[in-house]
Amino acid sequence: MEPVARPCGGRALLFEVTSATEVAAVVAAVRAAGLPEVTELVPAARTVLVEVSAGASLDRVREAAAAADPAAGTSGTGELHTIGVVYDGEDLELVAATAGISADEVVALHSGAEYTVDFCGFAPGFGYLSGLPEPLRQPRLESSRPAVPAGSVGIADVYSCVYPRRSPGGWRLIGRTDTVLFDPAADRPALLTPGDRVRFEVR
Amino acid sequence: MSAFLDVLASGPQALVTDHGRAGNAHLGVPPSGALDRPAFDLGNRLVGNAPGTAGLELLGGGLRVRARGPRLVAVTGAPAPVRVDGRPVGSHHAVRVPDGAVLEIGTPVGGLRVYLAVAGGLDVPAALGSRSTDLLSGLGPEPVADGDALPVGPWTGPVPECGPVPVSLPPATIRLRVRLGPRDDWFTDAGAALAGPVWTVSPTGNRIGVRLDGPAPPRCPDTRGRELPSEAMVTGAVQAPPDGPPVVFLADHPTTGGYPVIGVVDPADLPLLAQATPGSAVRFTVDA
Repeated sequence: MEPVARPCGGRALLFEVTSATEVAAVVAAVRAAGLPEVTELVPAARTVLVEVSAGASLDRVREAAAAADPAAGTSGTGELHTIGVVYDGEDLELVAATAGISADEVVALHSGAEYTVDFCGFAPGFGYLSGLPEPLRQPRLESSRPAVPAGSVGIADVYSCVYPRRSPGGWRLIGRTDTVLFDPAADRPALLTPGDRVRFEVR
Repeated sequence: MSAFLDVLASGPQALVTDHGRAGNAHLGVPPSGALDRPAFDLGNRLVGNAPGTAGLELLGGGLRVRARGPRLVAVTGAPAPVRVDGRPVGSHHAVRVPDGAVLEIGTPVGGLRVYLAVAGGLDVPAALGSRSTDLLSGLGPEPVADGDALPVGPWTGPVPECGPVPVSLPPATIRLRVRLGPRDDWFTDAGAALAGPVWTVSPTGNRIGVRLDGPAPPRCPDTRGRELPSEAMVTGAVQAPPDGPPVVFLADHPTTGGYPVIGVVDPADLPLLAQATPGSAVRFTVDA
Protein backbone atom coordinates (compact mmCIF):
# COMPACT_ATOMS: atom_id res chain seq x y z
CA MET A 1 0.00 0.00 0.00
CA GLU A 2 1.25 3.48 -0.87
CA PRO A 3 -0.31 6.08 1.40
CA VAL A 4 0.01 9.67 0.20
CA ALA A 5 2.60 11.39 2.41
CA ARG A 6 1.86 15.06 2.88
CA PRO A 7 4.51 17.33 4.41
CA CYS A 8 3.71 18.76 7.82
CA GLY A 9 6.59 21.06 8.73
CA GLY A 10 10.13 19.71 8.82
CA ARG A 11 9.53 17.00 11.41
CA ALA A 12 6.27 15.29 10.47
CA LEU A 13 4.37 13.59 7.68
CA LEU A 14 0.63 13.27 7.33
CA PHE A 15 -0.20 9.95 5.66
CA GLU A 16 -3.49 10.03 3.83
CA VAL A 17 -5.44 6.82 3.22
CA THR A 18 -8.97 5.88 2.21
CA SER A 19 -10.42 3.93 5.14
CA ALA A 20 -10.28 3.47 8.90
CA THR A 21 -8.79 0.00 8.28
CA GLU A 22 -5.92 1.56 6.36
CA VAL A 23 -5.42 4.12 9.14
CA ALA A 24 -5.08 1.29 11.65
CA ALA A 25 -2.70 -0.53 9.31
CA VAL A 26 -0.38 2.49 8.99
CA VAL A 27 -0.37 2.96 12.76
CA ALA A 28 0.42 -0.73 13.28
CA ALA A 29 3.19 -0.68 10.68
CA VAL A 30 4.91 2.42 12.07
CA ARG A 31 4.60 1.09 15.63
CA ALA A 32 5.95 -2.32 14.59
CA ALA A 33 9.02 -0.67 13.05
CA GLY A 34 9.98 0.43 16.58
CA LEU A 35 11.62 3.64 15.38
CA PRO A 36 13.10 5.52 18.35
CA GLU A 37 12.91 8.84 16.47
CA VAL A 38 9.08 8.76 16.40
CA THR A 39 7.72 11.23 18.98
CA GLU A 40 4.02 11.33 18.00
CA LEU A 41 1.86 8.79 16.15
CA VAL A 42 -1.64 10.19 15.76
CA PRO A 43 -4.41 8.46 13.84
CA ALA A 44 -7.49 10.38 12.72
CA ALA A 45 -10.43 9.67 10.41
CA ARG A 46 -8.47 9.16 7.16
CA THR A 47 -4.94 10.20 8.11
CA VAL A 48 -2.02 9.27 10.34
CA LEU A 49 0.40 11.92 11.57
CA VAL A 50 3.91 10.79 12.39
CA GLU A 51 6.32 13.24 14.01
CA VAL A 52 10.00 12.57 14.64
CA SER A 53 12.46 14.20 17.01
CA ALA A 54 14.27 17.39 15.96
CA GLY A 55 16.98 16.70 13.40
CA ALA A 56 15.88 13.13 12.67
CA SER A 57 15.14 11.96 9.13
CA LEU A 58 11.64 10.96 8.04
CA ASP A 59 12.94 8.32 5.61
CA ARG A 60 12.44 5.34 7.90
CA VAL A 61 8.92 6.54 8.74
CA ARG A 62 8.14 6.67 5.01
CA GLU A 63 9.45 3.13 4.52
CA ALA A 64 7.53 1.79 7.51
CA ALA A 65 4.25 3.35 6.36
CA ALA A 66 4.70 1.99 2.84
CA ALA A 67 4.92 -1.51 4.33
CA ALA A 68 1.49 -1.19 5.96
CA ASP A 69 -0.82 -4.11 5.23
CA PRO A 70 -4.56 -3.39 5.63
CA ALA A 71 -5.30 -7.10 5.16
CA ALA A 72 -3.48 -7.90 8.41
CA GLY A 73 -6.62 -7.02 10.41
CA THR A 74 -5.15 -4.72 13.01
CA SER A 75 -8.31 -2.68 13.57
CA GLY A 76 -10.20 -3.17 16.82
CA THR A 77 -7.96 -5.80 18.34
CA GLY A 78 -7.26 -3.82 21.49
CA GLU A 79 -8.67 -4.05 24.99
CA LEU A 80 -12.47 -4.39 25.39
CA HIS A 81 -14.14 -1.85 27.70
CA THR A 82 -17.73 -2.13 28.90
CA ILE A 83 -19.29 1.23 29.73
CA GLY A 84 -22.58 1.32 31.67
CA VAL A 85 -25.00 3.92 30.30
CA VAL A 86 -28.23 5.43 31.59
CA TYR A 87 -30.05 6.21 28.35
CA ASP A 88 -31.85 9.43 29.25
CA GLY A 89 -30.02 11.91 26.99
CA GLU A 90 -31.57 15.21 26.00
CA ASP A 91 -31.55 14.29 22.31
CA LEU A 92 -32.80 10.70 22.63
CA GLU A 93 -36.24 11.58 21.23
CA LEU A 94 -34.67 13.63 18.43
CA VAL A 95 -32.44 10.70 17.48
CA ALA A 96 -35.42 8.32 17.54
CA ALA A 97 -37.53 10.67 15.41
CA THR A 98 -34.68 11.20 12.92
CA ALA A 99 -34.23 7.44 12.59
CA GLY A 100 -37.96 6.81 12.46
CA ILE A 101 -37.81 4.33 15.35
CA SER A 102 -38.70 4.34 19.06
CA ALA A 103 -36.39 5.50 21.84
CA ASP A 104 -36.23 1.91 23.09
CA GLU A 105 -35.04 0.81 19.68
CA VAL A 106 -32.34 3.51 19.73
CA VAL A 107 -31.14 2.14 23.07
CA ALA A 108 -31.22 -1.44 21.77
CA LEU A 109 -29.25 -0.49 18.67
CA HIS A 110 -26.65 1.62 20.49
CA SER A 111 -26.08 -0.89 23.30
CA GLY A 112 -26.16 -3.86 20.93
CA ALA A 113 -23.18 -2.82 18.82
CA GLU A 114 -19.43 -3.21 19.38
CA TYR A 115 -17.35 -0.14 18.71
CA THR A 116 -13.72 0.48 17.85
CA VAL A 117 -11.76 3.52 19.04
CA ASP A 118 -10.67 4.84 15.66
CA PHE A 119 -8.87 7.85 17.08
CA CYS A 120 -8.85 10.39 19.90
CA GLY A 121 -9.02 14.16 19.69
CA PHE A 122 -11.04 17.22 20.64
CA ALA A 123 -10.22 16.73 24.33
CA PRO A 124 -7.97 14.41 26.36
CA GLY A 125 -9.54 10.96 26.38
CA PHE A 126 -12.24 11.81 23.82
CA GLY A 127 -12.46 8.80 21.50
CA TYR A 128 -14.16 8.63 18.13
CA LEU A 129 -15.90 5.22 18.28
CA SER A 130 -16.79 3.63 14.96
CA GLY A 131 -19.33 0.83 14.59
CA LEU A 132 -22.45 2.94 15.02
CA PRO A 133 -25.52 1.15 13.57
CA GLU A 134 -26.71 2.79 10.36
CA PRO A 135 -29.99 4.37 11.68
CA LEU A 136 -27.99 6.21 14.35
CA ARG A 137 -25.60 7.85 11.87
CA GLN A 138 -26.96 11.35 12.18
CA PRO A 139 -25.56 14.85 11.81
CA ARG A 140 -24.41 17.02 14.68
CA LEU A 141 -26.83 19.47 16.25
CA GLU A 142 -27.20 22.65 14.25
CA SER A 143 -25.65 24.62 17.07
CA SER A 144 -23.30 23.37 19.76
CA ARG A 145 -24.18 23.37 23.43
CA PRO A 146 -21.89 25.66 25.43
CA ALA A 147 -21.52 23.03 28.16
CA VAL A 148 -22.04 19.28 27.84
CA PRO A 149 -21.71 17.46 31.19
CA ALA A 150 -18.85 14.99 31.72
CA GLY A 151 -19.90 11.42 31.00
CA SER A 152 -22.45 12.39 28.33
CA VAL A 153 -22.79 9.71 25.64
CA GLY A 154 -23.31 11.15 22.17
CA ILE A 155 -23.53 10.31 18.51
CA ALA A 156 -22.57 12.29 15.41
CA ASP A 157 -21.78 11.31 11.85
CA VAL A 158 -20.52 7.70 11.93
CA TYR A 159 -19.21 7.87 15.49
CA SER A 160 -20.32 7.53 19.08
CA CYS A 161 -18.47 9.23 21.93
CA VAL A 162 -18.32 9.83 25.67
CA TYR A 163 -17.41 13.35 26.80
CA PRO A 164 -14.51 12.89 29.27
CA ARG A 165 -15.16 16.22 30.95
CA ARG A 166 -17.53 19.13 30.79
CA SER A 167 -16.97 20.95 27.51
CA PRO A 168 -18.81 22.61 24.65
CA GLY A 169 -20.20 20.08 22.22
CA GLY A 170 -22.52 19.55 19.28
CA TRP A 171 -23.07 15.79 19.34
CA ARG A 172 -26.58 14.41 19.84
CA LEU A 173 -26.74 13.22 23.46
CA ILE A 174 -28.49 9.92 24.15
CA GLY A 175 -27.27 8.99 27.64
CA ARG A 176 -24.69 9.32 30.39
CA THR A 177 -22.15 7.20 32.22
CA ASP A 178 -20.25 7.54 35.48
CA THR A 179 -17.23 5.74 34.02
CA VAL A 180 -14.16 7.99 34.26
CA LEU A 181 -12.74 8.43 30.75
CA PHE A 182 -9.72 10.50 31.67
CA ASP A 183 -7.86 10.70 34.98
CA PRO A 184 -4.64 12.72 34.73
CA ALA A 185 -3.35 11.23 38.00
CA ALA A 186 -3.66 7.61 36.81
CA ASP A 187 -0.81 5.54 35.37
CA ARG A 188 -2.90 5.20 32.21
CA PRO A 189 -4.79 8.52 32.17
CA ALA A 190 -6.98 7.76 29.15
CA LEU A 191 -9.37 4.81 29.40
CA LEU A 192 -9.67 4.59 25.62
CA THR A 193 -6.74 4.38 23.24
CA PRO A 194 -6.93 3.94 19.44
CA GLY A 195 -7.62 0.31 18.55
CA ASP A 196 -9.53 -0.46 21.78
CA ARG A 197 -13.05 -1.89 21.60
CA VAL A 198 -16.09 -0.59 23.50
CA ARG A 199 -19.51 -1.98 24.38
CA PHE A 200 -22.23 0.10 26.03
CA GLU A 201 -24.42 -1.67 28.61
CA VAL A 202 -27.87 -0.44 29.67
CA ARG A 203 -27.96 0.64 33.33
CA MET B 1 12.89 23.12 55.63
CA SER B 2 10.35 23.41 52.87
CA ALA B 3 10.32 26.60 50.86
CA PHE B 4 7.45 28.43 49.18
CA LEU B 5 6.67 31.42 47.07
CA ASP B 6 3.63 33.15 48.56
CA VAL B 7 1.74 34.85 45.75
CA LEU B 8 0.76 38.41 46.67
CA ALA B 9 -0.33 39.37 43.13
CA SER B 10 -0.48 36.98 40.17
CA GLY B 11 -0.74 39.63 37.44
CA PRO B 12 -2.67 39.19 34.16
CA GLN B 13 -1.88 35.47 33.87
CA ALA B 14 0.69 33.38 35.71
CA LEU B 15 1.02 29.72 34.76
CA VAL B 16 3.30 26.94 35.92
CA THR B 17 5.27 25.73 32.92
CA ASP B 18 8.00 23.30 31.88
CA HIS B 19 8.78 21.28 28.75
CA GLY B 20 5.19 20.00 28.49
CA ARG B 21 3.78 16.57 27.79
CA ALA B 22 4.52 15.86 24.12
CA GLY B 23 3.96 12.27 23.00
CA ASN B 24 0.33 12.05 24.10
CA ALA B 25 -1.37 13.54 21.04
CA HIS B 26 -2.95 10.16 20.21
CA LEU B 27 -4.90 10.47 23.48
CA GLY B 28 -6.09 13.97 22.58
CA VAL B 29 -3.56 15.62 24.91
CA PRO B 30 -1.90 18.84 23.68
CA PRO B 31 1.89 19.17 24.05
CA SER B 32 1.69 22.33 26.20
CA GLY B 33 4.88 23.67 27.84
CA ALA B 34 6.70 27.02 27.77
CA LEU B 35 5.95 29.00 24.60
CA ASP B 36 9.30 30.81 24.54
CA ARG B 37 11.37 27.75 25.21
CA PRO B 38 14.81 29.38 24.80
CA ALA B 39 13.88 32.05 27.37
CA PHE B 40 12.49 29.44 29.76
CA ASP B 41 15.59 27.24 29.36
CA LEU B 42 17.89 30.20 29.97
CA GLY B 43 16.20 30.85 33.32
CA ASN B 44 16.86 27.31 34.50
CA ARG B 45 20.50 27.50 33.38
CA LEU B 46 21.00 30.77 35.28
CA VAL B 47 19.83 29.29 38.59
CA GLY B 48 21.50 25.89 38.11
CA ASN B 49 18.34 23.84 37.56
CA ALA B 50 18.13 20.78 35.32
CA PRO B 51 16.58 21.55 31.91
CA GLY B 52 12.79 21.46 32.04
CA THR B 53 12.51 22.24 35.77
CA ALA B 54 9.10 23.85 36.39
CA GLY B 55 8.90 27.64 36.62
CA LEU B 56 6.36 30.34 35.83
CA GLU B 57 5.23 31.83 32.53
CA LEU B 58 3.88 35.34 33.12
CA LEU B 59 1.74 36.96 30.47
CA GLY B 60 2.48 40.67 30.73
CA GLY B 61 4.55 40.32 33.94
CA GLY B 62 2.86 41.80 37.00
CA LEU B 63 3.85 39.16 39.56
CA ARG B 64 4.56 39.82 43.25
CA VAL B 65 5.68 36.96 45.50
CA ARG B 66 7.16 36.69 48.99
CA ALA B 67 9.91 34.12 49.44
CA ARG B 68 9.51 31.70 52.34
CA GLY B 69 13.07 30.42 52.54
CA PRO B 70 15.92 32.17 50.66
CA ARG B 71 16.17 31.33 46.98
CA LEU B 72 18.09 32.09 43.85
CA VAL B 73 15.80 33.18 41.02
CA ALA B 74 16.16 34.44 37.45
CA VAL B 75 13.73 36.43 35.33
CA THR B 76 14.02 35.91 31.55
CA GLY B 77 11.97 36.32 28.38
CA ALA B 78 10.38 39.68 27.63
CA PRO B 79 12.56 42.29 29.39
CA ALA B 80 10.75 43.60 32.47
CA PRO B 81 11.74 45.52 35.62
CA VAL B 82 12.58 43.25 38.57
CA ARG B 83 12.74 44.40 42.20
CA VAL B 84 13.60 42.69 45.45
CA ASP B 85 12.10 44.55 48.41
CA GLY B 86 11.73 47.58 46.15
CA ARG B 87 15.35 47.57 44.96
CA PRO B 88 15.86 47.18 41.17
CA VAL B 89 17.92 44.05 40.49
CA GLY B 90 17.49 43.55 36.74
CA SER B 91 16.51 40.59 34.63
CA HIS B 92 18.42 37.87 32.75
CA HIS B 93 20.79 36.99 35.58
CA ALA B 94 20.57 35.06 38.85
CA VAL B 95 19.30 37.07 41.82
CA ARG B 96 19.28 36.10 45.51
CA VAL B 97 15.94 36.60 47.22
CA PRO B 98 16.36 36.48 51.02
CA ASP B 99 13.84 34.76 53.28
CA GLY B 100 10.78 36.99 53.64
CA ALA B 101 11.76 39.34 50.81
CA VAL B 102 9.26 40.40 48.15
CA LEU B 103 10.15 39.74 44.51
CA GLU B 104 8.30 41.98 42.11
CA ILE B 105 8.20 41.66 38.32
CA GLY B 106 6.79 44.63 36.40
CA THR B 107 5.24 44.99 32.98
CA PRO B 108 7.59 44.09 30.10
CA VAL B 109 9.00 47.04 28.13
CA GLY B 110 8.67 44.91 24.98
CA GLY B 111 7.35 41.46 24.27
CA LEU B 112 4.67 39.59 26.13
CA ARG B 113 5.85 36.61 28.16
CA VAL B 114 8.20 36.75 31.13
CA TYR B 115 9.66 33.63 32.75
CA LEU B 116 10.56 33.13 36.40
CA ALA B 117 12.97 30.33 37.23
CA VAL B 118 13.45 29.38 40.89
CA ALA B 119 16.38 27.29 42.08
CA GLY B 120 14.86 23.92 42.96
CA GLY B 121 11.86 24.46 40.72
CA LEU B 122 8.16 24.63 41.52
CA ASP B 123 7.19 21.38 43.20
CA VAL B 124 3.54 21.09 42.15
CA PRO B 125 1.97 17.73 41.12
CA ALA B 126 2.66 16.55 37.58
CA ALA B 127 0.04 15.26 35.14
CA LEU B 128 1.31 12.97 32.37
CA GLY B 129 4.87 13.79 33.31
CA SER B 130 4.47 17.55 33.16
CA ARG B 131 3.61 20.37 35.55
CA SER B 132 2.53 22.71 32.75
CA THR B 133 -0.90 24.28 32.89
CA ASP B 134 -2.68 23.43 29.64
CA LEU B 135 -5.30 26.07 28.95
CA LEU B 136 -7.08 24.01 26.30
CA SER B 137 -7.63 20.76 28.16
CA GLY B 138 -7.32 21.91 31.77
CA LEU B 139 -4.46 19.50 32.52
CA GLY B 140 -1.83 20.52 35.04
CA PRO B 141 -2.25 22.98 37.90
CA GLU B 142 -4.86 25.71 37.92
CA PRO B 143 -3.57 29.13 36.83
CA VAL B 144 -1.70 30.80 39.71
CA ALA B 145 -4.01 32.94 41.85
CA ASP B 146 -3.45 35.61 44.50
CA GLY B 147 -2.89 33.95 47.86
CA ASP B 148 -1.43 30.71 46.43
CA ALA B 149 1.59 29.19 48.16
CA LEU B 150 3.78 27.66 45.46
CA PRO B 151 6.02 24.91 46.90
CA VAL B 152 9.67 25.14 45.87
CA GLY B 153 11.74 21.96 45.49
CA PRO B 154 15.02 21.24 47.25
CA TRP B 155 18.15 22.78 45.82
CA THR B 156 21.72 22.17 46.83
CA GLY B 157 23.62 24.33 44.38
CA PRO B 158 26.20 25.16 43.23
CA VAL B 159 25.48 28.62 41.85
CA PRO B 160 26.38 28.37 38.17
CA GLU B 161 28.88 30.70 36.57
CA CYS B 162 27.17 32.51 33.71
CA GLY B 163 28.52 35.36 31.65
CA PRO B 164 26.38 38.31 30.58
CA VAL B 165 23.29 37.32 28.62
CA PRO B 166 22.12 39.46 25.71
CA VAL B 167 18.59 40.82 26.12
CA SER B 168 16.67 41.47 22.95
CA LEU B 169 13.43 43.23 22.17
CA PRO B 170 11.12 41.70 19.57
CA PRO B 171 11.77 43.02 16.05
CA ALA B 172 9.34 45.56 14.55
CA THR B 173 8.24 43.02 11.95
CA ILE B 174 8.32 39.36 12.89
CA ARG B 175 9.45 36.98 10.17
CA LEU B 176 8.19 33.42 10.36
CA ARG B 177 9.59 30.69 8.15
CA VAL B 178 6.79 28.43 6.96
CA ARG B 179 6.67 25.20 4.97
CA LEU B 180 3.60 24.64 2.85
CA GLY B 181 1.36 21.66 3.56
CA PRO B 182 -0.25 19.38 4.41
CA ARG B 183 -3.30 21.00 2.79
CA ASP B 184 -1.80 23.81 0.69
CA ASP B 185 -3.56 22.25 -2.32
CA TRP B 186 -6.88 23.52 -0.93
CA PHE B 187 -5.75 27.07 -1.76
CA THR B 188 -4.99 28.91 -4.97
CA ASP B 189 -1.27 29.74 -4.77
CA ALA B 190 -0.83 29.05 -1.05
CA GLY B 191 2.73 30.39 -1.05
CA ALA B 192 1.72 33.81 -2.36
CA ALA B 193 -1.32 33.90 -0.08
CA LEU B 194 0.98 33.56 2.94
CA ALA B 195 4.08 35.44 1.78
CA GLY B 196 2.29 38.38 0.17
CA PRO B 197 0.42 40.20 2.93
CA VAL B 198 1.74 41.90 6.04
CA TRP B 199 -0.25 40.17 8.79
CA THR B 200 -1.28 41.69 12.10
CA VAL B 201 -1.26 39.82 15.42
CA SER B 202 -4.86 39.76 16.64
CA PRO B 203 -5.63 40.67 20.27
CA THR B 204 -7.46 37.35 20.70
CA GLY B 205 -4.27 35.28 20.79
CA ASN B 206 -3.49 32.92 23.64
CA ARG B 207 -1.47 29.78 24.38
CA ILE B 208 -3.72 27.79 22.06
CA GLY B 209 -3.06 29.90 19.00
CA VAL B 210 -2.56 33.34 17.50
CA ARG B 211 -4.89 34.67 14.83
CA LEU B 212 -3.25 36.74 12.13
CA ASP B 213 -5.52 39.41 10.73
CA GLY B 214 -5.23 39.86 6.97
CA PRO B 215 -6.76 38.54 3.77
CA ALA B 216 -8.13 34.99 4.01
CA PRO B 217 -6.12 32.69 1.70
CA PRO B 218 -8.37 32.05 -1.31
CA ARG B 219 -9.66 28.50 -1.63
CA CYS B 220 -9.53 26.45 -4.81
CA PRO B 221 -13.00 26.41 -6.36
CA ASP B 222 -13.32 22.62 -6.02
CA THR B 223 -12.79 22.77 -2.22
CA ARG B 224 -15.61 25.23 -1.54
CA GLY B 225 -18.21 23.62 0.66
CA ARG B 226 -15.98 20.56 1.04
CA GLU B 227 -15.39 19.26 4.55
CA LEU B 228 -12.09 17.90 5.73
CA PRO B 229 -12.37 14.94 8.11
CA SER B 230 -10.59 15.85 11.37
CA GLU B 231 -6.86 15.24 11.21
CA ALA B 232 -3.92 15.67 13.55
CA MET B 233 -2.07 18.99 13.70
CA VAL B 234 1.44 19.84 14.83
CA THR B 235 2.49 22.89 16.84
CA GLY B 236 3.06 25.74 14.39
CA ALA B 237 0.27 24.59 12.06
CA VAL B 238 -1.26 27.50 10.16
CA GLN B 239 -4.94 26.66 9.92
CA ALA B 240 -7.10 28.57 7.47
CA PRO B 241 -10.81 28.41 8.25
CA PRO B 242 -13.19 29.16 5.36
CA ASP B 243 -13.35 32.91 4.69
CA GLY B 244 -11.44 33.70 7.87
CA PRO B 245 -7.90 34.78 8.69
CA PRO B 246 -5.38 32.05 9.53
CA VAL B 247 -4.54 30.87 13.03
CA VAL B 248 -1.03 29.73 14.01
CA PHE B 249 -1.30 27.04 16.65
CA LEU B 250 0.93 27.19 19.73
CA ALA B 251 1.67 24.60 22.45
CA ASP B 252 -1.84 24.23 23.92
CA HIS B 253 -3.37 23.56 20.48
CA PRO B 254 -6.09 20.97 19.89
CA THR B 255 -4.50 17.74 18.70
CA THR B 256 -6.88 17.44 15.76
CA GLY B 257 -8.74 19.93 13.60
CA GLY B 258 -11.20 19.98 10.74
CA TYR B 259 -10.02 23.01 8.78
CA PRO B 260 -7.20 22.73 6.26
CA VAL B 261 -3.65 23.49 7.44
CA ILE B 262 -2.02 25.56 4.69
CA GLY B 263 1.49 25.43 6.16
CA VAL B 264 3.59 24.85 9.27
CA VAL B 265 5.80 27.47 10.92
CA ASP B 266 9.36 26.43 11.80
CA PRO B 267 9.27 25.62 15.55
CA ALA B 268 12.42 27.75 15.99
CA ASP B 269 10.40 30.85 15.01
CA LEU B 270 7.40 30.24 17.27
CA PRO B 271 8.96 31.98 20.32
CA LEU B 272 8.91 35.21 18.27
CA LEU B 273 5.19 34.82 17.77
CA ALA B 274 4.65 33.94 21.44
CA GLN B 275 6.33 37.24 22.33
CA ALA B 276 4.47 39.34 19.73
CA THR B 277 2.15 41.91 21.25
CA PRO B 278 -1.27 42.43 19.61
CA GLY B 279 -0.94 44.67 16.57
CA SER B 280 2.57 43.44 15.74
CA ALA B 281 3.36 42.99 12.05
CA VAL B 282 4.14 39.48 10.80
CA ARG B 283 5.49 38.30 7.48
CA PHE B 284 5.88 34.75 6.26
CA THR B 285 8.91 33.47 4.41
CA VAL B 286 7.97 30.33 2.50
CA ASP B 287 10.65 27.63 2.72
CA ALA B 288 11.02 25.30 -0.19
